Amino acid sequence: MNAVPQLQAAVPAAAQDPVLVVRDLQKSFGGVRAVDGVSFSVQAGTMLALIGPNGAGKTTCFNMLNGQLRPDGGEVLLAGRPITGMKPRVVWRMGVGRTFQITATFTSMTVRENVQMALISHAGGIWSPFGRARDRHVEAADALLAQVGMLEQAERACGVLAYGDLKRVELAVALANQPRLLLMDEPTAGMAPRERIELMALTADIAAAKGIAVLFTEHDMDVVFTHSDSVIVLDRGRLIAHGTAEEVRRDPNVRAVYLGSGATSGGH
Amino acid sequence: MSALLEIAGLDAYYGRAHILQGLGFTMNRGEVLALMGRNGAGKSTTMKAIMGLVPPAGGTVTFEGRAVQGREPFEIARLGIGYVPEDRRVFSELSVMENLSVAQRPARSDAPHWTPERLFALFPNLGRMRDRPGGAMSGGEQQMLTIARTLMGNPKLVLLDEPSEGLAPVIVEDMAKTILALKAEGLSVLISEQNLHFAGNVADRAAIIEKGMIRFTGTMDELKGNEAVRTQYLSV
Amino acid sequence: MIDLILTQTLNGLASASSLFLVASGLSIIFGVTRIVNFAHGSLYMLGAYLAWTLVSSFGAAEPLGFWGGVLLAALLVGLLGVVIEVLVLRRIYQAPELFQLLATFGVVLMLQDLTLATWGPEDKLGPRAPGLKSFVILFDNRFPTYELFLIAVGPLVLLILWLLFQKTRWGTLVRAATQDREMVGALGVNQRLLFTSVFAFGSMLAGLGGALQLPREAVNLHMDLSMISEVFVVVVVGGLGSVTGAYLAAVLIGILHAFGILIFPKITLVLVFLVMAVVLVVKPYGLMGKAPIGGARGHGPAEPLLLPADKLTKLAGLIALLLLVLAPLVAPDHILLTLTELVIFALFAASLHFMMGPGGMASFGHAAYFGLGAYGAALAVKWLGASMEPALIFAPFLAGIAGVVFGWFCVRLSGVYLAMLTLAFAQIAWATAFQWVELTGGDNGILGVWPSAWAVSKTGFYYLTLGVCVFSILALRLTIFSPLGYALRAGRDNPLRAEAIGLDVMRIQWVAFAVAAFAAGIAGALFAFFKGSVFPTYMAIPRSVDALLMVLLGGVQTVAGPVIGAFAYAGLSEQLMKATMYWRFGLGLSIVLLVILFPRGLVGASLLLRERWTRQPEPAARLAAEGGR
Repeated sequence: MNAVPQLQAAVPAAAQDPVLVVRDLQKSFGGVRAVDGVSFSVQAGTMLALIGPNGAGKTTCFNMLNGQLRPDGGEVLLAGRPITGMKPRVVWRMGVGRTFQITATFTSMTVRENVQMALISHAGGIWSPFGRARDRHVEAADALLAQVGMLEQAERACGVLAYGDLKRVELAVALANQPRLLLMDEPTAGMAPRERIELMALTADIAAAKGIAVLFTEHDMDVVFTHSDSVIVLDRGRLIAHGTAEEVRRDPNVRAVYLGSGATSGGH
Repeated sequence: MSALLEIAGLDAYYGRAHILQGLGFTMNRGEVLALMGRNGAGKSTTMKAIMGLVPPAGGTVTFEGRAVQGREPFEIARLGIGYVPEDRRVFSELSVMENLSVAQRPARSDAPHWTPERLFALFPNLGRMRDRPGGAMSGGEQQMLTIARTLMGNPKLVLLDEPSEGLAPVIVEDMAKTILALKAEGLSVLISEQNLHFAGNVADRAAIIEKGMIRFTGTMDELKGNEAVRTQYLSV
Repeated sequence: MIDLILTQTLNGLASASSLFLVASGLSIIFGVTRIVNFAHGSLYMLGAYLAWTLVSSFGAAEPLGFWGGVLLAALLVGLLGVVIEVLVLRRIYQAPELFQLLATFGVVLMLQDLTLATWGPEDKLGPRAPGLKSFVILFDNRFPTYELFLIAVGPLVLLILWLLFQKTRWGTLVRAATQDREMVGALGVNQRLLFTSVFAFGSMLAGLGGALQLPREAVNLHMDLSMISEVFVVVVVGGLGSVTGAYLAAVLIGILHAFGILIFPKITLVLVFLVMAVVLVVKPYGLMGKAPIGGARGHGPAEPLLLPADKLTKLAGLIALLLLVLAPLVAPDHILLTLTELVIFALFAASLHFMMGPGGMASFGHAAYFGLGAYGAALAVKWLGASMEPALIFAPFLAGIAGVVFGWFCVRLSGVYLAMLTLAFAQIAWATAFQWVELTGGDNGILGVWPSAWAVSKTGFYYLTLGVCVFSILALRLTIFSPLGYALRAGRDNPLRAEAIGLDVMRIQWVAFAVAAFAAGIAGALFAFFKGSVFPTYMAIPRSVDALLMVLLGGVQTVAGPVIGAFAYAGLSEQLMKATMYWRFGLGLSIVLLVILFPRGLVGASLLLRERWTRQPEPAARLAAEGGR
């Protein structure tokens, strides 16, 4: 088991301005409104969960925030600056880190090299055709790996890591540009219950310590109700509920379209 | 009563990795068996190996007394094993009706016979979108379509790989009802699952897989009562 | 003027029909089997040859003799398709796509020699179609009835194909298999039968396309490669896998050719190139195409770890280099000549490896840049009166600039799409060298490209070559381990992740493409001075395949691989050429056998062997197996 470093919650008490503001986001595919006027915001150091039925528009919404899709309307502000419709790599440079539903790492590189790659890119050094990439930013990479508990495995190839460890590497990579906002698409999909709790606890600690705003989608209600500061619910492209985990859980509308009776998803 | 499916000493490699290491279990006719274990334990590979999609390197798969290991997937399907993959894999450019017609096989005497009309009674949603392309359906609808599609082959045994993964809780409830309905029809169902609650609702027995071997088999009640097994292999 | 435009439009439509038949066959086969059948042009050629023989023996004057011969030829080609599918393709469906493409190229080589042995090297003039020999007067021009018939064939076949795919169970199965062939098998459909029937059907379409050309043009041995490169352009423009797209693109390309001949007779291909460029900028996967499903880079396993060479490997490299430096002291002249050539090829292979290995971009037209380097040197000598030194410096820039221009398009695609596009560009470069006789001397090439006095001796030129090539190869190697090389590899391993950490994957690949072209240009320039002459064949498809074989033989995953592969392959093929006049057949057969026996490549095979030997379970690599998460 990896030791999860306990980080002190040294957040500036009240982060007044939200890190992420989404206003009236719109997207249609062939006449179908996938996302229809969605607005919300995320504060620094807090975790916002985005939930909803399959096909509700979560992924579409997500992809408009990280730049993979261009919205038809509405705007996305990062720390007050518009990032609407910018490309993923530009969005990243402005301070948005992300993890993928299906883990995305560079398999021909070691764990450390994966993080070094992100650090080299952050430092603007990728065009250099000389000098060994392996020698760059070693200390910074190791510090990030220590933070997620992956330092012991720094020399291993990413292609042979256990699933939960890969997720940690992704987290370290996503933190390499010192992001203000972290986007996590189904971060615990395919993980065992205990691994899920550990990964999200780690994320919450780091977010609180560094004042990072976290937006994540999730199907595991245990994770959602344990680790989110607030929850928004999408259905057919529209925001149907917004509140604390407890408020959302009690919302009859949410129970009807999404949560159901709770018989199969764990003991609520 | 003879066993429907008997697996013994199953070995399978995926590229360089030795995934199944002498795995074995037995399934009875008419039961729902939950294959449980961590991600990467070998659940999906077991299903693919039964289906012939991953050629077993050793061991035997016996279905109704007939050895099926080493046969082509289509032959195994024709013997009466239906496979529903975890990532849905509907034919996105084919309509609902066309998706069903691809899998259509002649009726057999010892298994329920399915027609599109009977399936639409089981999945009313699908009946309302017969001409819709698979790609234009929601995730939950697609999941139902893949099950309906597999039933068109009139199988005796259905392999359901991670049926609850990535679905909204309310759809997961529908899924549980569907599995119980199939059982009521007399079908045997093998599901792979990480969600103990879900498995507890639908399965009669559980087999726990870890590092390519079966570590525990027993009824769902026995599993619920055995905390040591649950914490060791399921990380609950 | 109007009548001219109309006649040329009709001409274009008529030539589009055969192009469409072959392209749609290729597209349908690709859809189901995911194999781009390089040999589809050869099937087209065989359709024409078979029709010639059958029609002549049945009696060309009789309608039954002619049409019966044409249809029977198409059916026979379909049957040949069955043979090819059962003997070759069925065994390589699991192989990486590049190997599949190579295997079908092996079939091209074999069919080329088989055709030569059966029908001889002379062109065959076909008869005109009975009943369609006359002319129709259109806009004061005489327009052959047969051409009108061909114009009708295209839409007719399109309609038949549509009905077949939409209204029959076979068509439904084919469409389903096009999306997910494994799932179709798991649902109880006999996949083998389906695949074989699809391949036979696609082959028959190609055969029919060839047979219908009989009254239009002389049947010859170059029909295969000229058709396949045009077909590649058609499917890239139309969208691979779309039959309607293939028709639209075939019409577009057919009409462009018809007008191109009118407007720029020398450089009709430039027009095609420009149109293709516009289409690809607007729709990267063609007019009717869709982005490939899933991973864009094919379906191989995860890329293995790449580590810098250990001390032992470095020592071995040093010793090998030392031996090469000392070679002139002991080696006789002819060995020295062979060594010079091998060293040039090593650089050529290393340049391809640079874009193919770390870059993940497999080029089927890398000879274009080798050839442009050679022509750059020769043109500088001939037209600018340059001596060797400035010519050697100028030449790689010509290749590099071409790499910048062509690469801009190529990096927009990936996998087989990219391979086809690189091949099409290489054909354009080849055709330019071939057609622009005033500048390049056409088929006669440019002679008298000799080195400066100091390098004119065999030993002198050897050292020049060795120095330049070793320096270039080491520079490429250094770059692979630099931040740029890592960024390139990051884009190959996982483009989504690479973009998400701020890497401009396309631009990085573009730079790599240009660097690879530049390095190939250096090799080409040296080769021009080595041979003293340049010819269009330097850019021909076989030369591109040479480079691919060198890289694959040595292994894509290692940095030293291409150099070793170049030595192994060049030595091998030279022996083969000495041994038999039908060396193409021998080479083709070796390629096919190589792919069938080692579907994962030589390096992959040795890795697998080692794993099985030790039977070490890799606990975490199983994750890839479990649903590919």
